[in-house]
Amino acid sequence: METYIWSFVVGGLICVIGQLLMDVGRFTPAHTMSILVVSGAVLDGFGLYEPLIDFAGAGATVPITSFGNALVHGALAEAERTGIIGILTGIFEVTSAGVSAAIIFGFLAALLFKPKG
Amino acid sequence: MSNKKKKKLTPAQQEYHSFARAREPRRPVLRNCVLAFLVGGAICLFGQFISDFFLWNFDFTEKTVGNPTIAVLIIISVVLTALGVYDHIAQWAGAGTAVPVTGFANSIASAAMEHRTEGFVLGVGGKMFKLAGSVIVFGVFSAFVVVLIRTVITMLGGS
Repeated sequence: METYIWSFVVGGLICVIGQLLMDVGRFTPAHTMSILVVSGAVLDGFGLYEPLIDFAGAGATVPITSFGNALVHGALAEAERTGIIGILTGIFEVTSAGVSAAIIFGFLAALLFKPKG
Repeated sequence: MSNKKKKKLTPAQQEYHSFARAREPRRPVLRNCVLAFLVGGAICLFGQFISDFFLWNFDFTEKTVGNPTIAVLIIISVVLTALGVYDHIAQWAGAGTAVPVTGFANSIASAAMEHRTEGFVLGVGGKMFKLAGSVIVFGVFSAFVVVLIRTVITMLGGS
């Protein structure tokens, strides 16, 4: 039960940070997303993102910050196994599901639907 | 606009800039933040339910369950985008729908659908990452730098 509360609160707070960047910082949505992804990657570099996932579950894995975290994670794991070239081979290891699902279903949507509104 | 950029403008442009800024409608920051919190939180909560569903019914661990969860959220988001529902929610939820991965999928699907008239190769294929491309580029490059630094540190410390 507690995980549900924390995933709501933490996920909501990350979205509030994004909203503040857009409203107060006057960044475009694309800039905001990029800032959040980079911060996710940097936080994971310091080993701070994984504890947040343990604490908040989907509250930390669903926002786009986890994309940066997952990129670092895959690259780090592969770099430990195979050395420096592992950064290149491992960087998309964890995020493959997200990126390929978005491409495949985005393409299917373009095949099957016309834009509305 | 930053001060550096302002210096390059002519005095008339600077005057216009402050004139326009004083007259642009005030953004309801508090209301936007509350909506972003509620909608974003609700999407993450929904993601938590999907995670638990995968944990209970399939052979996933706490560490690996993030991937299928994100894939399911992306599918749902693409379907809602294709039906034209997601953009209606996004209009008033702001960052609440943009920050979760659903917003990433929404930007890909809507760009793909929007540019279909330009053909499948140049339109759908070429413009699909119009918005999401920057997320991938900056994510990958920053991850590369972060991992490079960490690898060099462990190599120096380990030797």
